[in-house]
Amino acid sequence: MFVYLVRKLIGTIPTVFGVALIVFILFNMVGGDPTYQMLGKHATAQQIAELRHELGFDQPKYLQFLQFLKQIVTFDFGRSYATKQQISTMILDGITPSLTLTIPAFFFTTLISVLIGLLVAYFRGRIVDKLTVVLCVFGMSVPVLAYILFSQYFLAYKFGLFPIAGYDPEWPDRLVYVALPILISVLVSVGYDVRFYRTAILEETGQDYVRTARAKGLSEPRTYLKHVLKNSMVPILTNLVMEIPLLVLGAFLLESFFGIPGLGGITINAVHNSDFPVIKAMSVFMSLLYILGNLLTDITYTLVDPRVSFK
Amino acid sequence: MNAAIQGRSLWSDALRRLMKDRLALVCFGIIVVYALAALLAQFGLIAASWNAQVGAAYQPPSFDRLDTIMGTDIFGRSVFYKVIHGTRIAMSVGLVSSLISVPIGLALGALAGYFGRWVDDLIVWFYTTISSIPGIMLLIAITLVLGKGMTAMYFALGATSWVHLARVMRGEFIKHKSRDYVVAAESLGATHASRIFRHIFPNVSHFVIINLSIQFMGAIKAEVILSFLGLGVQGQPSWGVMIDDAKLELARGVWWQLAGATSAMFFVVLAFNILGDALRDALDPKIK
Repeated sequence: MFVYLVRKLIGTIPTVFGVALIVFILFNMVGGDPTYQMLGKHATAQQIAELRHELGFDQPKYLQFLQFLKQIVTFDFGRSYATKQQISTMILDGITPSLTLTIPAFFFTTLISVLIGLLVAYFRGRIVDKLTVVLCVFGMSVPVLAYILFSQYFLAYKFGLFPIAGYDPEWPDRLVYVALPILISVLVSVGYDVRFYRTAILEETGQDYVRTARAKGLSEPRTYLKHVLKNSMVPILTNLVMEIPLLVLGAFLLESFFGIPGLGGITINAVHNSDFPVIKAMSVFMSLLYILGNLLTDITYTLVDPRVSFK
Repeated sequence: MNAAIQGRSLWSDALRRLMKDRLALVCFGIIVVYALAALLAQFGLIAASWNAQVGAAYQPPSFDRLDTIMGTDIFGRSVFYKVIHGTRIAMSVGLVSSLISVPIGLALGALAGYFGRWVDDLIVWFYTTISSIPGIMLLIAITLVLGKGMTAMYFALGATSWVHLARVMRGEFIKHKSRDYVVAAESLGATHASRIFRHIFPNVSHFVIINLSIQFMGAIKAEVILSFLGLGVQGQPSWGVMIDDAKLELARGVWWQLAGATSAMFFVVLAFNILGDALRDALDPKIK
């Protein structure tokens, strides 16, 4: 197990290096010199030279790249151009608000989707199944922005069921502010997930062991919950783990609409301010989470499926 | 007697099955209507005057005239014309980004799967890396660095959306390269290029079509988000720009600009969703 973990971890190094390389090429080679933008139109040549020196832009590219790699390893991405804050602090501060929004959203989406998935797989081919699939496709096709804007307008503004926007770090008040974003997030993703889980579950219901379970007299709910669900765990887990980085990034549009100071909000502010170092750091940070998520999937495979061995 | 056992090719078989699927045909029709609207707008035949004032500001939808059927915006411009102009933008983003990404995905996937070894390692490393950066972050980064606007968006979408096709193609080429018909072609002296293009490609090309509908839809969705964030279309209406403008109008009871842009987007995405499923069912031999 330990050797397996270490080997897997070493295996991610080329990918992490690749991510660093792509982000570096984008921002330090393709992108223009940010110093002109930072100093405004009336900067003197001297000021520009000084700032370039301060930010290390006067060094050769390979040294800049090494510097960037060092930043990634030490998790110290320097300061934001716009807020002058330490970027690593910004990221760490943003994680909890993002998770407050996304963990419940993730939990409810999965619970609801798997349950509906099991139910429609049980009723496959009948009207309930067909209707659900149609509803899912409709739900998937509504633009995310429409969900957000219309829910915010009707549920929060018109009917006053939720606060329109805002955030309070105190417990349990913060739950009041994230309730509507959670609801929207579930609405947005449930369509896709139900369809995905339905297919995954249906693939299992045709298997021989299901027939055996029925033949030995197990009730349908038991067959589904005990045998089918267990065996469809691999695709379900894959889908779940793949969504982990998005969990931290938060439904970033939601964060910006509802004024939740999470990572998504930070990213959108950085976009509006052309705050390159923050976007650079966020890209790397999110990618690291994604790579970690992939690693976790591989490990969970070995836990749920004994046929996958530590090789 | 021989006529009864006439062979059917994958394509004619798929076409026959698609024609039986009424819903898929309707969806294809919807997409054709959008494409036509986009083409006509491209050549300035309709909605060329989206910038002209057609009435008072924030006039609600009225059915007396074509240009106010979706109401007017803050400058009294026709929301309907803006939606059509947005259609042009959405369709062109879908088309251009597909034209960039499909050849990349096809070529890299084919090379990796066919040649294997270090070529495969290199290409797999490359697309694993690209897919490790969450899509929206990479799109934001590329458009920001390239200086926003349509060209940046075409490039960003083209450069990021080939990974799925490359993965599929690689898998298919690995499967096909050792099949008897390819080995036979090799023993008859077929070159690598001839084996890739003349022998294997026709047997896997249906995956390109399946991929295309997903790709197109993804590009349309991404355009709306990017334009909404101010990274996409500049200085002209697109669905994303309209939604961005409309987000503050809603509180004043002006719902038509938002409704126009989102429903235009809804129907085309719905059509692509359903058509994509139908294409997969009709073309993927595994699902038969």
